[in-house]
Amino acid sequence: MNARTRAAATLLAPFFLLFTAVMVVPIGYAVWLSLFTEKQSGLGFGGAETVFSGLDNYTAALGDRAFREGFGVLLGYCLFYIPPLLAGALGLALLLDSALARARRFFQLALFLPHAVPGIIAALIWVYLYTPQLSPVVRAMEAGGVGFDFFSPSGALPSIVNIALWEWLGYNMVIFYAALQAVDRSVLEAATVDGAGAWRVAFSIKVPLIRASIVMVGLFTLIGSLQLFTEPLILEKGTGSAVTSTWTPNMYAYTAAFDRNDYGLAAAASVLLALTAALLSFAVTRLTGRGTRRTRTAARRAPATRTADGRTRRTRRKEKTA
Amino acid sequence: MSKPRTPSVWLSRTAVNGALALAVVYMLFPLVWLVTAATKDAGGLLAGNAFSFEGFDLGGNLSRLAEHNDGIYFRWYLNSLLYAGLGALACSLISVAAGYAFDKYAFPGKEKLFGVVLLGVLVPTTALALPMYLLASEAGIVNTYAAVLLPVLVNPFGVYLARVFSAGYVPDEALEAARIDGAGELRTFWSIGLRMIMPGFVTVFLFQFTAIWNNFFLPLVMLSDQKLFPLSLGLYAWNSNAHAEPDFYPLVVTGSLLAVVPLVVAFVSLQRHWKAGLTAGSVK
Repeated sequence: MNARTRAAATLLAPFFLLFTAVMVVPIGYAVWLSLFTEKQSGLGFGGAETVFSGLDNYTAALGDRAFREGFGVLLGYCLFYIPPLLAGALGLALLLDSALARARRFFQLALFLPHAVPGIIAALIWVYLYTPQLSPVVRAMEAGGVGFDFFSPSGALPSIVNIALWEWLGYNMVIFYAALQAVDRSVLEAATVDGAGAWRVAFSIKVPLIRASIVMVGLFTLIGSLQLFTEPLILEKGTGSAVTSTWTPNMYAYTAAFDRNDYGLAAAASVLLALTAALLSFAVTRLTGRGTRRTRTAARRAPATRTADGRTRRTRRKEKTA
Repeated sequence: MSKPRTPSVWLSRTAVNGALALAVVYMLFPLVWLVTAATKDAGGLLAGNAFSFEGFDLGGNLSRLAEHNDGIYFRWYLNSLLYAGLGALACSLISVAAGYAFDKYAFPGKEKLFGVVLLGVLVPTTALALPMYLLASEAGIVNTYAAVLLPVLVNPFGVYLARVFSAGYVPDEALEAARIDGAGELRTFWSIGLRMIMPGFVTVFLFQFTAIWNNFFLPLVMLSDQKLFPLSLGLYAWNSNAHAEPDFYPLVVTGSLLAVVPLVVAFVSLQRHWKAGLTAGSVK
């Protein structure tokens, strides 16, 4: 080992030691735990003993209707949350990136600000704004003849989606805006010279060029969505709420561990959730992989490549008109 | 640029900025409500007209906040500062050291190892909280500061950012010059690399500080002693009481407002840094 390799090892050691301790070992331990069950011996006086139970915890979790329904809730949440989030953040970023926008710095900061609010506090603020006794919003809606129960079975999901959108819309908008700013302006100018209008430039040139960012944001949002916990937990405390203590898989695992002290079941539920996340991440990267890699290299190379890319687009368009 | 072809440029400009302004209203009105609501007592809050400074009593709320349960709120505040400050400082140093090593050194298996780091970004961390709790209870550190501080020292995304920043901010020539002058590798990192990468260090610090300040699930699992709570967990506990005792509402609201202030100040004053972080993340 030469001096440089030794230095690299020294600089990497703290991170990888901790990485092993707080990520690798807990993953392994969760898998291990999920294979055991605590059995009460005799009449429960002899204390509990831990016995190997194979995949019993997994069949128990999957056989539990509450757990399966949690995945149904997640599916609904992902469908109602991720498309509006991506479309909204992208739309706002395109507006901000358009030549017509004013006060860009102000808009960027103001839209980003909810990210500075801790998730638990965001959830508290919104739940107070949903509570009829506290909320000027509900009162105004009622005065306008619109009654809406944010805690009802049909209202709970939109209520939570709204909290999440409020927290993440601006954050992701800034990511998209940063990616749009990195797009080579000469490509856009070339398109405009060729007669493409603002909409055409936005959707046929800008959006495809920042595809990698869109996929990345989508992936992180998906993984975050699967862990849904804090917002429904706060909503659950609301009076007459439709949200139960096992509403999402993460809440199910938490309840299994800390209310019922069934660590095996909780570990199995966590492992199943992590597996779902791994499978979906794999699917997303696979499905979007080829295009992503192409844009990635385009983004990483010097602007010259992107000008070349723009040139090919131009010639292609000219051929079409000719 | 070509001349505007449509006669309705003024109209489009109004539409674009109007749409952005509408989005800003949606983002800011809950925060405005938080500010006005923090000036009311329980009766004023329940009377509903919270978007005004009617019955202004912020001072009363602050003193009740300071007095309740022997000022436990400010203990939580200090805890949050400790967790987030110390945790983010150590985490940034660890991340920057690793990111710098990934950028500046060639060693066998480097890209595979970096792939492991990137995989770590995708791990759903809440799934780890339960096994981490059980491991911590076997190590006897459940319900201590360490139980919350240790896990937040690891941020794979921070390592990724640090590698990008190291490539951008630390020119190899500067390191060569130091080596020619006879400085050792670690010394070069400490006195040259770390100094040059400082803007990136601040970015990683800012994001990790926010993440720890906002952290809820981990302390919820690890802590049972109220004296060790961070703000997020303390406010959650108070909120759970508020349905039975409405007097807790103004405490939660005022406490929430104070808890948001440091991060808002940080994000307003460090705009360059969070934008740099999101830019580095966006062109990955």
